[in-house]
Amino acid sequence: MSAPPTAVARGSEGAATARARPGRRLRDAMPVLLGALLFVAAWKALVVVEGYPTFILPAPEVVAGRFWTAWTDGTMWPHAATTLTEIALGFLVGATSAVAVGILLARSRFAERVLSPYLVAAQATPILALAPLIALWFGTGLLSKVVICALIVFFPVAIATMVGIRGVDRRLLEMARAFRATRRQLLLRVEVPAALPAILGGIRVGVTLAVIGAIIGEWAGGERGLGVLINLARGSLFDTPLLFATLLTIALIGVCLYLVTVAVERRLVGPRG
Amino acid sequence: MGTARSMQALQRRRAITAGSARPRPNAPPTSPSTPDGVVGRQAGQRPAERAPITSIAPLPSTIDQDRGSAIRLRDVARSFSGAGAPALVALDGISFDVPPRQVTALVGPNGCGKSTLLRVIGGLLRPDRGAVEVAGERVSGPDPRVGFVFQEPRLLPWTSALDNVAFPLLLAGRPGAERAARAGELLELVGLEGFGGARPHELSGGMRQRVAIARALALEPSVLLLDEPFSALDALTRERFGSELLRIWERTATTILLVTHSISEAVFLADRVLVLSPRPGRVVADIPVSLPRPRRRSTLDSAAAARLAQRIRSHLAGAADEPVAAEAWGLPETAPEGPPGAFPAGDPIAELGVPAWFDPFGREDRS
Repeated sequence: MSAPPTAVARGSEGAATARARPGRRLRDAMPVLLGALLFVAAWKALVVVEGYPTFILPAPEVVAGRFWTAWTDGTMWPHAATTLTEIALGFLVGATSAVAVGILLARSRFAERVLSPYLVAAQATPILALAPLIALWFGTGLLSKVVICALIVFFPVAIATMVGIRGVDRRLLEMARAFRATRRQLLLRVEVPAALPAILGGIRVGVTLAVIGAIIGEWAGGERGLGVLINLARGSLFDTPLLFATLLTIALIGVCLYLVTVAVERRLVGPRG
Repeated sequence: MGTARSMQALQRRRAITAGSARPRPNAPPTSPSTPDGVVGRQAGQRPAERAPITSIAPLPSTIDQDRGSAIRLRDVARSFSGAGAPALVALDGISFDVPPRQVTALVGPNGCGKSTLLRVIGGLLRPDRGAVEVAGERVSGPDPRVGFVFQEPRLLPWTSALDNVAFPLLLAGRPGAERAARAGELLELVGLEGFGGARPHELSGGMRQRVAIARALALEPSVLLLDEPFSALDALTRERFGSELLRIWERTATTILLVTHSISEAVFLADRVLVLSPRPGRVVADIPVSLPRPRRRSTLDSAAAARLAQRIRSHLAGAADEPVAAEAWGLPETAPEGPPGAFPAGDPIAELGVPAWFDPFGREDRS
């Protein structure tokens, strides 16, 4: 009736994928730790040798201590939560609209001609200069930060999507057409999955820009957020270690978000050969 | 004798309860070309009715066994116009009929519109003129009755072999369980059971092309169109693949139309060979291949096969305008240029001391 079952055994090894050994993880982490150690050592050396006062350049252990107390006494958390909310909302709005517009740009040369000058101009205008205007229009609450984040995320994601969709192998599209794919299926089943590595590349850039957007938005006006905390620490509080601790928090948020997108990318794209 | 042999072979291979053995392919003898270069096919030359292969439950015969042609082309023409350039006539006045279950090879030099013809039949390109019918119904777009296998496997690199085979079913909106079951059966049919979870890049070139064939069969098409499906494979894989294709064909009751560059491939696989001329693409010869089935590699060493190959080659050379074309077609460089009939009497391939079936593969790969 059916084919001989011998081939099943033959096939099982072919489908097996290579798994990383446990020792690999440690070896991959080594250069990261070594780099961090060197960075901290150089920082400490600079403070000791040059003898900077704490209000100019605090020593690493002072910053670490302030970082710890700021997180444990509840100074940092409300600000960090506000900023994270702004980043998440702004990124979501910016990236989704950018993917939609990127698809439109890829599909229609006309749309590209009409829209691209504005896209490029908006990107070329420093967001720092636009931020006060946006704060004026949308208030100093959450909305203005979300708008700034979305704006700054938009460009790299839209361009990456456009380039990715345009670059989809035409032979794959013909194949899908031969199997009676509708326009919608062509987009969702072939074009977007095929362009996914490119789109995710744009998102990687976008996610780190979203952090910048949120901080800039907070500088332009706001009651809470890591950007506000920086201003407070530098100005009225005159607490330079807190300023450094806040910078450390922002950097950590950026790194974490980047790592998350990389992990998502690995999961979604996988090896394509 | 061929009948008895093919019967045994079928029983041996699959324990298929075939009522009759593979019938003789009975394409008509080459008739002289009509003025517009079309070789017609007369009525009453369809193959004898064959018994359904009952043991293949997952792949029922979807064609009407004796209700006319599987593929019918009437005066099909198609040209392409580039910007500024004069229109290129790819196909001009192509008419032929393919009876159900026949394996037909389209042979011709580069640029003779073979691939265009296949795309017109598959509904991927519209003809400028003329009509294409599949199983009695006009083709007006990509058609579920037609399965397409391209020159390259064209698999989706981000999904498994199983999902690639199930892709046409997904597009057709079939439920997940049915998709998985059907794709599993098809992978088994093409000899890839157990590889369902593998990504395309984990498979060899031959395996990928087998996945592509399984995918083409997913919607149970009555017609399978293959556009040089072996051209990306190495010579040895190609040979094995040809036999594999015939085995799949025996189990699926499809009509096969195959584009190939290789004369020996055409002779080995087909019941009938259509030779096309370049620009404009026209059918210049319709050559029946009455070699016994099942075919073996040794079949190609027979005198009959060599004569067929030579006959096809003579039509190809005659269709070429320039002397270079003859060399490109695997003829020895000493072959005199000129019209067909001017070739040396002996088989040029045999004189080289190469088995007739092997040479065109090797020469093509070397060039």
